[in-house]
Amino acid sequence: MMGLSKRTINRIHGILFKLPMMITCRSFEDFILAYLDDKLPPRQKFVLDTHLELCPECRDYLRACRISIELAKTSAREAEVYFPIEVPEKLIQAVLEAQKVQATSNRN
Amino acid sequence: MTICDDPDLSATKQERELASLQNKEHGRTEQFVRHHAGWMLAVANRVLRDRSHAEDAVQNAFAAVFKNLDSFNQKSSLKTWMHRIVVNEALMLLRKQSSTCEDSIDPFQSIFDENGCRIEEDWTTFRTPETILQQAQSSAQVIELIGRLPESYRVILVLRDIEELSTTEVADMLETSEANVRVKLHRARSALKKLLEPLIRGGAL
Repeated sequence: MMGLSKRTINRIHGILFKLPMMITCRSFEDFILAYLDDKLPPRQKFVLDTHLELCPECRDYLRACRISIELAKTSAREAEVYFPIEVPEKLIQAVLEAQKVQATSNRN
Repeated sequence: MTICDDPDLSATKQERELASLQNKEHGRTEQFVRHHAGWMLAVANRVLRDRSHAEDAVQNAFAAVFKNLDSFNQKSSLKTWMHRIVVNEALMLLRKQSSTCEDSIDPFQSIFDENGCRIEEDWTTFRTPETILQQAQSSAQVIELIGRLPESYRVILVLRDIEELSTTEVADMLETSEANVRVKLHRARSALKKLLEPLIRGGAL
């Protein structure tokens, strides 16, 4: 759709997405979570896949979403591995002390 | 691999670890506490974002672990069981310190025009997580940005996407409905995507 303004393309999409087996971006939004978790029935998945084929905005949105989820996961893992929190000795001793008290009271 | 998996701890090793604890072998308790305290503290800190409260959560979690060790049914791995316990203890402390009002997440949500079409700024480049994380301080920046999400949304994103708990588990732990968890997770992911956009596009934050 080279040469058409974004507004015109959106107007065409607005009409196109109201056809049978089509959904608007706004409706697409409601199914993104299930789509990302691959939990949609085949028919709904087909509808969403078709929408993605036609809609670069939703494609880009979804791609950026996937990257940001991966970033959240990987950043937390990297921080845990490369910058581990030092466990204070007083915490270890407090845990061991509490366990001793618990074990003694269980015996009594 | 989930964040709570431990490749060093095979099933047999776990069984031995469990048996020696249950038999109260001398010195095993201390070894056990030292082995697990680090990752438990990291989990509690991700939920609470407060080192001192995280230490309290870990201490409470160990107490719960020792108290319930005999009833541990081995349906899950020892580490998975302990992971759920420390998350629960952290959430209990979080409930106590949470304020009732939080910022709105609406400004970070998707927007649509009058035709129901998504309004998305043009994307020319997408940097991969690997490329982004090669840059010094990137993981710290991402963690800092997750911390900017309103609390009730942040917690759900951390539990689902970082701690890799299921929607059902999160709903049970937060005593809310699965539908609520799904709605909040979607909104949290949308907001995080918005916050991380400069990093993904390759610009400065």
